[in-house]
Amino acid sequence: MKLNKTLATVTLAGAVAAMSAPAMARDTISIVGSSTVYPFATVVAERFGTSSEFPTPKIESTGSGGGLKIFCQGIGTQHPDITNASRRMKPSEFELCQGNGVEEITEFRIGSDGIVLASSAEAEHMDLTLEQLFLALGEKVPQDGEWVMNPHKTWSDVDSSLPNKPIRVMGPPPTSGTRDSFNELALAGGCDELPEAADLSEDEHGAICESIREDGAFIEAGENDNLIVQKLIGDKDMYGVFGYSFLEENADRLQAAAINGVEPEPELIAQDKYPIARSMFFYVKKAHLGVVPGIDDYVAEFVSPRAMGPNGYLKDVGLIVPTRDSLMALQDKVDNMPNLTLDELK
Amino acid sequence: MTDQTQQAERVRRSLKRRYRKESRFRAYGMLAIAIALGALAVLFADIIGKGYAGFLKTTITLEVDLDPEVMYLDDPTDPKQVRMADFVAPLVAAADDALPGATEEDQDALRRLINPYASTELRAALEQNPEWMGTTRTMTFLAHSNVDVYVKHEDDAAYSIKLSEQQQAWVDDLVERGLVDTSFNDVFFTNGDSRDPAKAGVLGAIVGSLLTMIITLLLSFPIGVAAAIYLEEFAPRNKITDFIEVNINNLAAVPSIIFGLLGLAVFINLFGMPRSVPFVGGLVLTLMTLPTIIISSRAAIQSVPPSIREAAEGVGASKMQVVLHHVLPLALPGMMTGSIIGMAQALGETAPLLLIGMVAFIVDPPTGFFDASTVLPVQVFLWAGSPELAFIERASAAIMVLLAFLMSMNALAIWLRKRLERRW
Repeated sequence: MKLNKTLATVTLAGAVAAMSAPAMARDTISIVGSSTVYPFATVVAERFGTSSEFPTPKIESTGSGGGLKIFCQGIGTQHPDITNASRRMKPSEFELCQGNGVEEITEFRIGSDGIVLASSAEAEHMDLTLEQLFLALGEKVPQDGEWVMNPHKTWSDVDSSLPNKPIRVMGPPPTSGTRDSFNELALAGGCDELPEAADLSEDEHGAICESIREDGAFIEAGENDNLIVQKLIGDKDMYGVFGYSFLEENADRLQAAAINGVEPEPELIAQDKYPIARSMFFYVKKAHLGVVPGIDDYVAEFVSPRAMGPNGYLKDVGLIVPTRDSLMALQDKVDNMPNLTLDELK
Repeated sequence: MTDQTQQAERVRRSLKRRYRKESRFRAYGMLAIAIALGALAVLFADIIGKGYAGFLKTTITLEVDLDPEVMYLDDPTDPKQVRMADFVAPLVAAADDALPGATEEDQDALRRLINPYASTELRAALEQNPEWMGTTRTMTFLAHSNVDVYVKHEDDAAYSIKLSEQQQAWVDDLVERGLVDTSFNDVFFTNGDSRDPAKAGVLGAIVGSLLTMIITLLLSFPIGVAAAIYLEEFAPRNKITDFIEVNINNLAAVPSIIFGLLGLAVFINLFGMPRSVPFVGGLVLTLMTLPTIIISSRAAIQSVPPSIREAAEGVGASKMQVVLHHVLPLALPGMMTGSIIGMAQALGETAPLLLIGMVAFIVDPPTGFFDASTVLPVQVFLWAGSPELAFIERASAAIMVLLAFLMSMNALAIWLRKRLERRW
């Protein structure tokens, strides 16, 4: 009999808890998004937690695409307030947001990050052009006027000046903003330098110039950039694609290839001289301002000079800091929180 | 007669070969065990070798001159003043004093010897003890994580890369004078996660794991036991119960990530429960653990001899009395053992929690079932993926904590079995 009672109590307690859950208010800011922005956002969140009266925000590393998808699910405390992205929101994602009632979004562009092609420090240093990079990694390459499946097995197949090593590159999966930027900046950039690319229609251009080969030469390694670092250290023939901050953290064990003769160095990335550099973003759901406490203070902390300024703490973790003008523009954005429009994204 | 001798001869001749076969077979078995043990030894050696340093912290002791002029602070109880005050300057000045060779230009290099959160600690200390202003006090702070790994791995060049030659010389000097010291890392057990390895701890993850396990236990044990009792004692044997039985067995073999997808679709998207909370984590792990508990509970009930049921029925007990008074108490040790094994499995699970948002950077330890939190294996995963060198040893140390939990749970299961089990 006693057992029966306990059973009933537990079931009832479970049911009550389940019913009351949706009504619960949340007082912790919830952030999702890019693994590239994660190292920066977590530092800001922790500083914010220790220096303000608000609890430390919670940050999930879901990838830019995954983050925007969760972010755009709707309004309400079960949905996140901010999403980080290492590429700009796509018009289709903006429309998804609109369709789910997430109408007012403010965009913040926070400094830049270079994408590097890294290898073990003990490997031979490589200097290659974007064109060569596309010929090594594109799904289809031109041969005698025809686009054929990429036949190149070694780097020296692409160009005799490159090392005679098999092409094996580890990189992030398609949900990652790093991958999107890599496709857009490195592959499409290299593709456009080929004379054959001029004859492609717009649809063909997208399909051919931004497709990575799937025959095993490019290995998808998940969102865990550290895993790629570990693999590179163990295998001198392997190359990896990830953000500059991971290169800097492992500067003693890794080196990066120069692209078009430019080494990935902070100044060169900030000045857009290094060809594969992209900006990082975060998006704020304006409907949650005032509902979840502290969102505007967190945003203000992120773009404050003490975080993103020339001597800010984000520089210590590898952020390539924006210019003074763009920092001032960000301050204005915090005050006004302007709405993002579809036209801006096109 | 000749037939028999021939046969005996044949047997005698094959005898040697059969013995050889048997000893080979035994050798294979021993080899298999040796491989398993070897793998385990390598794993433990690797984790302990990397992780022991995670249980040590490096501190730096400084003579801090709490000068109101330097700090722009007269009254540490005034929040307005505190916000504008400079808590870093006195620390850098103290480091400068401790190292006679340092000059004005070395400010940045000196600052990077001290933990970036030392200023926060100083502020908290002053808010508690406003009377300290204007005095000079000997205070101990955490060292910077780069100093931490440098001191702990003196003979490994890979760990010194983050410090300049001059900083290394300073640290060596301070170590010699006993001002930089390593001691037991209590911070590791009293703090939540942090992006600063020196300040990162497993408390948040331990509490999160406990809260999640409480929900899992409260739901899965009663439901699992009730289901097992019904299926074993009351349910009629027909096609429907056969179908249910087959499906429970199948469910036990379903990959755990599927339960995460289910949790995301049902608990979060349909019921609108919050992401990243132990309550939802517990619900998902309940689904995952239930089949294990049901199967082991049924086995425990089956092992109760029929004579006990018959004896109870013989003295006029009802079916329910037979079950509650006789079968259940005797089957309970087996049920508990199965449940503990199931819980241990759930404790080590990350995949389903990924989808419901428990893989996240969470600093404050949770205080309830609806506070955002992570669990121990997730903490290991997050640290292993962090770029800082010092997190590698923290991750291994967290693995050791997790293993300690798992081993004590398994030990409890063995103890319960030994203690309560009855044989007939």
